[in-house]
Amino acid sequence: MKPAPFDYCCPDSVEEAVQLLAANMGEAKIMAGGQSLGPMLNFRVVRPGLVVDVSRILELDFVRERKDGGLSVGALTRHRVLETSRLVARCFPIIPDIMQHVAHLAIRNRGTIGGSLSHADPAAELPMLVRLLDAEIVARSTQGERTVSAHDFFVGPLSTVLEDDELVVRIELPGMRHNGWAFEEFARRAGDFALSACGVLLRLEGDCVRDVRVAMMGVGDTPLRRSEAEAALKGEVLSDAVIERAVEAACEGLEPRQDLHASPEYRRHLSAVLVRRCIRRARERALWVNQ
Amino acid sequence: MSEKETVLHPVWMLVNGKVEEHEVEPRMLLSDFLRERLGLTGTHVGCEHGVCGACTIMVDGDSVRSCLMLAVRANGAEIQTVESMGCVEALSPLQEAFRERHGLQCGFCTPGMLATCADALQKYPLDTEEKIRDVLSGNLCRCTGYQGIVEAVKVCVAARNALQTASDVGANKEEMNR
Repeated sequence: MKPAPFDYCCPDSVEEAVQLLAANMGEAKIMAGGQSLGPMLNFRVVRPGLVVDVSRILELDFVRERKDGGLSVGALTRHRVLETSRLVARCFPIIPDIMQHVAHLAIRNRGTIGGSLSHADPAAELPMLVRLLDAEIVARSTQGERTVSAHDFFVGPLSTVLEDDELVVRIELPGMRHNGWAFEEFARRAGDFALSACGVLLRLEGDCVRDVRVAMMGVGDTPLRRSEAEAALKGEVLSDAVIERAVEAACEGLEPRQDLHASPEYRRHLSAVLVRRCIRRARERALWVNQ
Repeated sequence: MSEKETVLHPVWMLVNGKVEEHEVEPRMLLSDFLRERLGLTGTHVGCEHGVCGACTIMVDGDSVRSCLMLAVRANGAEIQTVESMGCVEALSPLQEAFRERHGLQCGFCTPGMLATCADALQKYPLDTEEKIRDVLSGNLCRCTGYQGIVEAVKVCVAARNALQTASDVGANKEEMNR
């Protein structure tokens, strides 16, 4: 349970970091908070020739408001910052709520958003969050910057479109007018990876759904948006019958994996419960805000 | 894999108030550095992949899994291990609460538990038993069944709240939104 030997560099700038990646194509691994790569190194499931420590690149550690009311978040932002930032809570109140479900305090103190996204665990909260918020992920290499939508970013479990020489530098979270939101997760213990989880953003005008987003995690190889559920809600008066149709649409065609923790049937059942709770909670919040 | 020539990196850190300057191999974990290089064996090593919580210590005032941190990355950091908390003659208030409420038996998980509790006490209200159990969920204990630990944290929450009311410190609401 000790890492195999590797070389180590600790660049001060993004430029220097991407040059190191380019010069050690396929041999280098980026380490930010070390909370995903750390265990993989200890288990020796990865044996990089070089670890590029990006944790001292201060230009990657920021949270800024965008003109459209959204956020621009540096890749080195720690989970704990997203959990506690007032600016984040004002723009997207769902984010602090989701962040409290990310692992344990000691992990949130160190783990970064760039790291969590690059690691791309299908049962991790950050990947689902960026799907829910229609985020864009900005990566840099020596060739320049590339922007990938969250929709295209995740390829499969622990797999993204990132090339070996690319470093995630920030995520752009476009503003979305919403007055209701909710996040529901079920895990065996607090802090464990979710068996299933759901996030909902909602814009309710009167009783009518003007805009809605539904995302799920833990039930597929990547985090999922449920556009059929969104379509079932959009433009409708948010009655219990409409919610039930959306719950059905959200769970239609889900193919969760069988693993040690839960059967596919159980995960599907759990997902329906969580989606229902989420939409109802988002409705409650929106009605309360609209009062 | 070709054999690598080992390059040592200098590190400077403040450990329990004492300056430490050493050279380390990049792959050396902070937990091993503390135990083997500095002889601070109060930091325990359990799972070595960040799950059991036994190796939790304080780095720059935050709880951190020392098995998930390379020693080389602690360069410039201020580190506190259980050795800085109290001693047999004078336990820290948190340790005293663990003793009083039987929050330990074999003691293997205790150093990590103490670091986790200390950090949680400074960051969260912990106003319900459920929330206390939530923050403890990242630290495994195979002796106590957790009840004694939960009770110890309750004692500390009460003491902290009394202190805060008395001095009207008005704990940072932003940090207290759990």
